[in-house]
Amino acid sequence: MKENRKSGMTFIVKMITNIMIGFMIVFGGYIVLFGHITPGGGFPGGVMIALAYILVTLAYGRNIVERKVSGITASVVDDLGALTFWFIGIIGLCVGGEFLYNFLGKGKPFHIFSAGTIILNNIAITLKVGMSLYAIFLALAILGRVVTDKNERKDEQ
Amino acid sequence: MTLYFLNFVLFIIGLYALVAKRHIVKKILGVSIMEYSVNLFLILIGFKKSGVAPILMKDMDLSTFIKTAVDPLPQALVLTSIVIGLGTLALMVAMAIRIYERYGTFDMHEINRLRG
Amino acid sequence: MNTLVLLHILLGFMIIGSLVTVEIRNMLSAVISVGAVGFALSIMFLFLGAPDIAITQVIVEILSLILLIRSTINVDNMAIEKRGEHVLSNRATLIFIGIILAFAWFSFHSLRPFGYPSMRVSQFYLNQGLKEVGATNFVTSVILDFRAYDTLGEAMVLFTSISGAFAILRRWKREQHKDFLRIDREH
Repeated sequence: MKENRKSGMTFIVKMITNIMIGFMIVFGGYIVLFGHITPGGGFPGGVMIALAYILVTLAYGRNIVERKVSGITASVVDDLGALTFWFIGIIGLCVGGEFLYNFLGKGKPFHIFSAGTIILNNIAITLKVGMSLYAIFLALAILGRVVTDKNERKDEQ
Repeated sequence: MTLYFLNFVLFIIGLYALVAKRHIVKKILGVSIMEYSVNLFLILIGFKKSGVAPILMKDMDLSTFIKTAVDPLPQALVLTSIVIGLGTLALMVAMAIRIYERYGTFDMHEINRLRG
Repeated sequence: MNTLVLLHILLGFMIIGSLVTVEIRNMLSAVISVGAVGFALSIMFLFLGAPDIAITQVIVEILSLILLIRSTINVDNMAIEKRGEHVLSNRATLIFIGIILAFAWFSFHSLRPFGYPSMRVSQFYLNQGLKEVGATNFVTSVILDFRAYDTLGEAMVLFTSISGAFAILRRWKREQHKDFLRIDREH
């Protein structure tokens, strides 16, 4: 716990992050799951979930977060999202004869379980977009640190 | 018509920043300004006078909604292109960081001089 | 207030913001003013009947600001740009911009006037959307049902750009990486 306190930003930022992180993830999930009824969908929801992770990374320092979700896990989940999208398309090809055929029932409008495969596709795109952006942020954060270190070293010499 | 023209002025500003500025981060910002302009142009083309958003609410009549809704197709294209723009921005930032590590500066003239 | 006037004012704000972005010498101010341009753009999307894109633009803008500021702006290189050529001092640039704008002004007259789109393709989506898909958000039904193949391709484009960035970033040597991690831990 001692190194937790040292790395990252100040105590105030960490407290606000603790409060806000749940709201951010719940709102991102709401945007994704109701994307076919209200404005939203997989793309903004995915970026919002990536932003929630990035907020934790910025507040607590990246060593703490990498223990929970490392860059490799993020890449694997990213690929899983793309594969899920493709797999739904293949199921549509087998069932309905067209790639990405909407094989589930349409349901009633204004209901969450309407519009067939759209909700599954939204979740797949969320995984894809969110985790790929989080992974690229992790990589860039490591490299930003490298640039700063080089400058500091130049100053010492 | 003036909206299209002002939008094109925005595009030209981005192009100017991309071509004439020396700092690499400014070139990246110019690319993102051009991207804003193109996205806005697609949405402006699809706008219908006194139109509503293409989202059906519970208290709307379907036939009047079909007559008044704005064009959903450019919106769908722009929605994906914004997120892809973020990916390409990350790619450009990665390239800029590589160049900074190699040459120690973001200045294009300086880099050309160092390459000799 | 008329919507058209409001759109003109917002677009003027965007032009002023982007001029500030291009001409200011402090890089942190440039990045922040491009963020202001992006937020004005999202308000414009909201008035043009595109709430989906307004949400996406706000969130993406925040993330791109974080990326730019976190990874490219340091204390040393913040004001690195030297006083160079000004827009108005370079006559060739001015003539070039003038010619392009004149041609654009004439060619925009051949477009359909603002507010009267040709709905040749999307009228079909609007008519059949509720019957064939069942989603009440027609943008989502275009993205993920009528044109889902496009979306799959664009997800691949995103994947390609991200993996390209990884390929550029991964070139550092391993022992160098360990060195930096050690420095990191000491801090």
